[in-house]
Amino acid sequence: MFDGYYNAFWFLVIGVIFVALNLWISSLIRPSDPHAEKLLPYECGEESSGTGFVRFNPRFYIIGLVFLIFDIETVFIFPWAVILKGAGPFILVEMVVFLAILVVGLAYAWGKRDLEWIKLPTRWQ
Amino acid sequence: MVEWVAWLLRTVAEFILPFLKSWTWIPWYTIALLHVAGALIGVISVLAMFLIWLERKVSAHMQDRLGPMRVGGWHGWAQSIADGIKLLLKEDIIPAMADKPLFKLAPMLIFTVTFMSFVVLPFSQVIIVSDLNIGVLYIYGISTITVIGIIIAGWSSNNKWSLLGAMRSAAQLVSYEVPVGLSLLAGIAMAGSMSTVEISVAQAGGIWNWFLWRCFPFSFIAAGLLFVGALAETNRTPFDIAEAESELVSGYHTEYSGFRFSLFFLAEYANMFVASALVVVLFLGGFSGPIPIPFVPDVIAGPFWFLVKTLFLVFVMMWVRWTLPRLRVDQLMGMCWKYLIPISLVNLAVIGLWVSLSAAPK
Repeated sequence: MFDGYYNAFWFLVIGVIFVALNLWISSLIRPSDPHAEKLLPYECGEESSGTGFVRFNPRFYIIGLVFLIFDIETVFIFPWAVILKGAGPFILVEMVVFLAILVVGLAYAWGKRDLEWIKLPTRWQ
Repeated sequence: MVEWVAWLLRTVAEFILPFLKSWTWIPWYTIALLHVAGALIGVISVLAMFLIWLERKVSAHMQDRLGPMRVGGWHGWAQSIADGIKLLLKEDIIPAMADKPLFKLAPMLIFTVTFMSFVVLPFSQVIIVSDLNIGVLYIYGISTITVIGIIIAGWSSNNKWSLLGAMRSAAQLVSYEVPVGLSLLAGIAMAGSMSTVEISVAQAGGIWNWFLWRCFPFSFIAAGLLFVGALAETNRTPFDIAEAESELVSGYHTEYSGFRFSLFFLAEYANMFVASALVVVLFLGGFSGPIPIPFVPDVIAGPFWFLVKTLFLVFVMMWVRWTLPRLRVDQLMGMCWKYLIPISLVNLAVIGLWVSLSAAPK
């Protein structure tokens, strides 16, 4: 049953070996001359202040959450799509109901302006 | 580099194989598979180099100039090889306070994941590394790991702009996974299977059998959405705000140099190939040719048509890149969530209606 994944595993191994091998070959032929100035982070010529681990906007987290919901929805639709051919309207209606429930969720996120890059507040909270 | 890897594998096979055959815990087909994987790595490297050269020539001719002309003689065909060797010779600079293990892990993760997607690409009905019965889902799932690699690359660089570029790129990639998944589902519904070989076989018989026209215009829209989503997934213009070369320096791969930098590009061009191959398999017939050619066996005609169609779509990706302006990041995200997802949901419902009412497979 897991026959094909044997190949996928060895492709993983070969990918890792390829990268490691090339980096090793590169380490044999490249120069290595670290100065303190070379190792500074790049900021278009300016000196950087503070650490590089800055705080970022929580909208990325919201996008990740909404993506998670739709991704799980997509995963649930995969088996349905495989058995759909010629199976009649009943299971189609079932899946349309499932999609409709999630569309309600999308409409809520849309109306609450969570899908916009700059979130303006809505009057209804 | 490529020849050394192939030579190494051949030496291993010729001198160690007889010794290993006495060890039943490494079956012979592993050795054969290692050869295949090595060959595919060679193919991907050559493919990426060729596509980089092609991109430079295509962009040049579209901008009424010539592109690389000197290296190697005829139209600078060796330019990519020279660039690859140059990148091997560059110093590997790791920034001072960067997270070293993560910094080294990120390009390896992105490249390995892209390489693993080649397992299910059907070059012909029998020429496929592994005909997984969940082929399309496998590629869909595996390609999401690229997002983790990008976030790791941006985070570990100890550079504010890399981190922000990586977060934006990850947000974009993750958002466009949804319309890509829904368009994949439309193709899978029309085929009745997730296996790439079975989907290609279901479109056999000529250009009128392709899924592109099976449920016109909805399958056409699905193919278009999949192609647009593929452009966004591979960070190509008009969706390349994350690595906009003229605007954000380089986003998440600013701090990388030498071979690690070239790994990002190898992965990007291999990803373009895989994404185009996915569109070809699902909507353009896979390895089934548009017209039957007499006297040519399937093992030659299959890969020929597959490669022609996939490389044509890669060319279209390059064509789009050098034609359209870049979308702003809020336009990009707005377009995904407010236009592409509703359209793909409606599309899926209509194609589902058509498929469920069509004849059942015997």
